[in-house]
Amino acid sequence: MGQAVDVDRLHFAFTVTFHYIFPQLTMGLALLLVYLKTKALRTGDEHYDRAARFWARIFGINFALGVVTGIPMEFQFGTNWAAFSKAAGGVIGQTLAMEGLFSFFLESSFLGLFLFGEKKLGRIGHWVAGFLVFLGSWLSGYLIVATDAWMQYPTGYRIGSSGVIELSSFWDLLLNKWALWQYAHTMLGAVQTGCFVVAGVGAFYLLTRRDETYGRTFVRGGVLVGTVAAILQLFPTGDMQGKLVAYNQQPTLAAMEGLFESRAGAPLAILGQPDVGKRKLDNPLEVPNVLSFLTYRQWRANVKGLSDFPQTEWPDQIPLLYYSYHVMVGLGTIFIIVMVLASLNLWRGKLYDSRRMLWMLMLSIPLPFIANTAGWMTAELGRQPWLIYGLLRTASGISPRVAAGNAWFTLIGFMGMYTLLAILWLFLTYREIELGPEPGGHRQKDDAAALAAG
Amino acid sequence: MGTIWFCLVAIMISIYVLLDGFDLGAGAIHLFAAKTDEERRQVLASIGPVWDGNEVWLIAAGGTLYFAFPTLYASAFSGFYLPLMIVLWLLILRGASIEFRNHIKSAVWDPLWDFLFSASSLLLAVFFGAALGNVVRGVPLDASSYFFEPLWTNFRLGAETGILDWYTILVGVLALFALMMHGGLWVQMKTGGEVNRRAGRLAGRAWWGVLALTALVTAVTFRIQPQVKENFTTWPWGFVFPLLAVAGLADVLFALRRHDEGRAFFASCAYLAGMLTSVVFGLYPMVLPARNPAYSLTVTTAKAGAYGLKVGLLWWVLGILLASGYFTYVYRCFAGKVVVDKDSHG
Repeated sequence: MGQAVDVDRLHFAFTVTFHYIFPQLTMGLALLLVYLKTKALRTGDEHYDRAARFWARIFGINFALGVVTGIPMEFQFGTNWAAFSKAAGGVIGQTLAMEGLFSFFLESSFLGLFLFGEKKLGRIGHWVAGFLVFLGSWLSGYLIVATDAWMQYPTGYRIGSSGVIELSSFWDLLLNKWALWQYAHTMLGAVQTGCFVVAGVGAFYLLTRRDETYGRTFVRGGVLVGTVAAILQLFPTGDMQGKLVAYNQQPTLAAMEGLFESRAGAPLAILGQPDVGKRKLDNPLEVPNVLSFLTYRQWRANVKGLSDFPQTEWPDQIPLLYYSYHVMVGLGTIFIIVMVLASLNLWRGKLYDSRRMLWMLMLSIPLPFIANTAGWMTAELGRQPWLIYGLLRTASGISPRVAAGNAWFTLIGFMGMYTLLAILWLFLTYREIELGPEPGGHRQKDDAAALAAG
Repeated sequence: MGTIWFCLVAIMISIYVLLDGFDLGAGAIHLFAAKTDEERRQVLASIGPVWDGNEVWLIAAGGTLYFAFPTLYASAFSGFYLPLMIVLWLLILRGASIEFRNHIKSAVWDPLWDFLFSASSLLLAVFFGAALGNVVRGVPLDASSYFFEPLWTNFRLGAETGILDWYTILVGVLALFALMMHGGLWVQMKTGGEVNRRAGRLAGRAWWGVLALTALVTAVTFRIQPQVKENFTTWPWGFVFPLLAVAGLADVLFALRRHDEGRAFFASCAYLAGMLTSVVFGLYPMVLPARNPAYSLTVTTAKAGAYGLKVGLLWWVLGILLASGYFTYVYRCFAGKVVVDKDSHG
């Protein structure tokens, strides 16, 4: 851990993992806010407007945290990864700058209007503001995914005279096929976070027998959208993402699956602990032939194991990569089961009274956050030892003059600051949930505080 | 093409300073201009709907710099490692203070956030100024096009410079005074009652500091950065930029005396724009001067590939037109003096 490259990696991993707690929720909630506002507009029912205002308050808290933890991400490309920025800034700077120009300006302008200008804008104007916030946040997601996808699967570039990587085709960068699938997969993950949070909070209201009309709206909306998202997450998007890895990052696939030796009819490991030194999987629980089928649609197809590649091509954190991938897939499977069960109960009219299902939904709230994090870890650890796959090694991308000591200093600083933000986040979000969607909630609290103070 | 992008990035940074400058300035005078909870809510409401958008100009300018001048981005961001990280922490604290202050009414909650908001705004103004000072003074770049500066060394302008030395601190203090004036004029324009009077008075006092420090910093800058003198001698038309600054500064005082609040704020904008364009004009074609001039990064050595710059121009123009549209709309929606009630920001 003493080397600068390790500290720089931990620095980025820590700050981006913490950051992504917020956008995954806000991107998911943005869709549900548009849904609630559309319902409100079409039915004219104040209930939906109040529900939207409630979620907008939670959206606002999370959005603010997403913004303040997001700025350090863009800075870090230059501060900790200067050699990478110098080599590839002409390409990935395009998508990052477009994010600022096309989505951040849009979001920041209309979020203020959406949160504080409902009276000024009128019903349709307020819907439009909400829709533009949704559009901005989903566009921002695309441009970030396109940046990452280019690092996974570089297209539309050429090596310039001085050895730097130059853009040669704007559209190849923007419409990279890797980006399209990765985007669909990522956004479905964000929608699931939104759905589990909305349904989970609804379940909380139903279980505690308060705000029950809202509780039912939240559970229904969350479960219906969540079921569709959970299934699409696996197929086709997860499946396609896996194929892209299988064809373009072969050592990565082998490491994710814990496959050390090449095999015809390769098994899918459900459980087991990789022992990289002995090149085997301990205590394996395997389903024969399934990996071959999933990868090549043939039961007996040959899948290459890690031993077929020189060790310098192996991802350098194989166990962590293996576990990230298995946690992601395992949780994704659980999401499908929970959501489909909940949908069946909803269809039979039993969901709102089934305490067992409501408990399950409420306790699931943290799980999609974990699954999304594990998914990103799979993508980024899987790309190792490359920073830009096939073009630039991670160790060659760091800032040559920033000593490990300085990187530790700022990493520790971020850890302290983000601990405070995390406490604040949980406290303020729980407080909003506790105050509830009824307009009286806030006023009563303020009056109580005023009484106590006076 | 490099020169076009040099100008575009400079314009974006200037817009950032004009816009985020007033909300940073408002933060810096927050504790002095507003005393009661209601008054402080007025100050926050005057920047509440727009501060986030203003800050996006920093991110957009950073992104544009990144793809147009990757070498500069890599060199400057890693070289200014520590101050940039401190700026990030301050931006985080400041954003949290503005957004979370009004969530809870309590005798221990809002004073804490008011203090953090004001302290972080104040320090940001100083750091941004010091950063500009570093760029003007030059940094210890070598043939590799990288450098690293500790926060301070011996506070002198030697070969081993730190981020903070007497010159960059001087520029930092000038930036603080200038933004206090700018923010004071904004708050004055957007509020009524006691806050309005106090903000105007603070801006008037800051004006004298700005005047004295502008004269001092200008004189010193001509001595320590020879390129500035060379550019102004080669192209005398460049004097329009400092003239704009001087005219703006004079007009601030004039407008303050006549109680023309709108005019005073826009005069302050002219002053800031004049100062920044003077600096940019004085440094061209350098984008990051080195202490040893042979290693300076210039528009030509730092720019990205020609194709990327050409494509970028197309979407950049579209993006800026859209952004200008949003900003015009938002500022018109929230035009006029702020009224603090239950539904206003926070």
